[in-house]
Amino acid sequence: MSEHTSAAASPGGGYRGAGRPERGERRLLLEAYFDFIRIRFLTMLAYRLNYYTGILIYSLNIGVNYFTWKAIYGQGESLGGFTAAQMTTYVAVSWMARAFYFNNLDREIATDIRDGSIAIQFIRPYNYVFAKMMQGFGEGMFRFLLFMIPGMALAMLLFPVKLPQDPAAWAGFLVMLFFSFLINSQINIITGLLAFFVENNEGLMRMKRVVVDLFSGLIIPISLFPGWLSAVLKLLPFQAITYLPGSVFTGRVQGVGIWSVFGIQIIWFIILLIPLFWLYRAARQRLFVQGG
Amino acid sequence: MAAIDVQDLRKTFKVQKNRGGLKGAFVDLFKREYSEVTAVKDISFQIPEGEICGYIGENGAGKSTTIKMLTGILVPTSGRLTVGGYVPYEEREKFVRNIGVVFGQRSQLWWDIGVIESFELLRKVYRVGEADYKKRLDELVERLELQELLNRPVRKLSLGQRMRCELVAALLHNPSIVFLDEPTIGLDIVVKSEIRSFLKDMNREHGTTILLTTHDLQDIEALCSRVIMLDDGRIIYDGGLDELKQRWGTGREVAFQFGTATKLDRLEHLTAGMPVKWTAENNLAATVWIPLELNVSDVLGRVVGQADITDIKIIETNTDDIVRSIYQSGSANVAEEAVPAPSREGAGHV
Repeated sequence: MSEHTSAAASPGGGYRGAGRPERGERRLLLEAYFDFIRIRFLTMLAYRLNYYTGILIYSLNIGVNYFTWKAIYGQGESLGGFTAAQMTTYVAVSWMARAFYFNNLDREIATDIRDGSIAIQFIRPYNYVFAKMMQGFGEGMFRFLLFMIPGMALAMLLFPVKLPQDPAAWAGFLVMLFFSFLINSQINIITGLLAFFVENNEGLMRMKRVVVDLFSGLIIPISLFPGWLSAVLKLLPFQAITYLPGSVFTGRVQGVGIWSVFGIQIIWFIILLIPLFWLYRAARQRLFVQGG
Repeated sequence: MAAIDVQDLRKTFKVQKNRGGLKGAFVDLFKREYSEVTAVKDISFQIPEGEICGYIGENGAGKSTTIKMLTGILVPTSGRLTVGGYVPYEEREKFVRNIGVVFGQRSQLWWDIGVIESFELLRKVYRVGEADYKKRLDELVERLELQELLNRPVRKLSLGQRMRCELVAALLHNPSIVFLDEPTIGLDIVVKSEIRSFLKDMNREHGTTILLTTHDLQDIEALCSRVIMLDDGRIIYDGGLDELKQRWGTGREVAFQFGTATKLDRLEHLTAGMPVKWTAENNLAATVWIPLELNVSDVLGRVVGQADITDIKIIETNTDDIVRSIYQSGSANVAEEAVPAPSREGAGHV
């Protein structure tokens, strides 16, 4: 009890004991964040049946896109710098990348805010946004192992997908895929936090979903948009989610080029941290807990 | 030093106003109107270390808003507050490690995992060392008899079981200040009294400061030496529970059952000269209201022997009645003036 009194008497008193306990504390907090990943992964595993249908739906999406593009190409050699074979691979890998990076963090945050359970989050000594990110990553791990990989295997059986030969393309793609997840989650968290400022951000969340799917190059590769629009899209963060990693995987970007597209992802990751922190800070001031 | 120190605390919310009708909705699209709602209006109080204080008031009086400011969830609009030496909203992450919070209406356990896993995760979140955690957990589990529940998933617990687990979750890091927002809501009498005696023991053994909001005044009577009553964002009473009863309790009632028909005028005649008030339900039953300063036995002495009494029941005004009458009168001042006044009918039974 006496520790508490002394901690109470001087703010930060609990931290005074030299480096070692503090390091131990930091380790415990890291373990807690790691547990968020683990618990979300296990929870998802319990509901894995839902994802078997997901694999079929994604394969169907790939199929629809594949046959559409096949019809558009006809005898043509190349469109917007894509050969027909590259396009097939691009479509398959883009959808399967989405199977990994997609999450509902925006919806989870908006729900926390709307039903007031955010109060429980704010009485805990951790960073809410970071904890959410970790849960998103737990979900991502699950999606990667039990959704994306089996989905990709199925897509390869059904469609003429050409895997890259170059190990650099594989390495580049996997690292960039992780950043796709980070950037997509940042955008989701920003959208979710907007629920602090507008009474109902349902419309915003739906719009975000369409914008991300369209402008990230999932539905149409960015190089196929009209010149002015693709110039604009290259200035937005969405291309970093699907188009850039897809370009590396299909071999349209090679060698040093991989570093420069990866650089674009890193820059967007850093830039998006700014609105994220700003919104989180502003949200603390605005917070208004619903339901008494 | 006070564990909780609050000075002129105020919280104002901006609430969006919706205009009516289609035209109004259209106008709303372009120009929003907001109205300001002040939930907490410049309240001040201090709670010393080791005190259990009840915080009561009607729904919407501002209790929860205050608790949320004290726990660092909400940022106050103006005023000063320190809790356990911290300004809650400034150093939230450090501050919350010294407090425990239970919201009766929200769970802080993780729905999908086992109870013990939730505790283990909270241990890491609050950075509690292995040895301290084991000792504390054993103590709490034994005291609240949770041995059987530890391996069950939270969603399979009954409300009473869950609430006991919630208490453990809030207390694992041995906080020196504990906030309980309606901790007994929806619980049966057995669990309620278990939780009360647990809180009382914790306060005695660890000197934990407790601030408790509740609608169940028996919680207050069992636990609190002090009560703060809130109405429309302002404190209308701050003091001891006994004092509250004395000041606001207006008297006692005695109910009689008679063997033979007894007229009201006859009863009034018997107690002539006493400031009592008779009401008759029928010829065989009547109730007399006796002010506090008059002895019940004096009144009984006059009636017993003069009438054919088959049963007597003495009814003391309980805290519920007192609080109800304060809520209904809405202000402490009106009632305070009414109490010393000779005619008490108005204040007594609103």
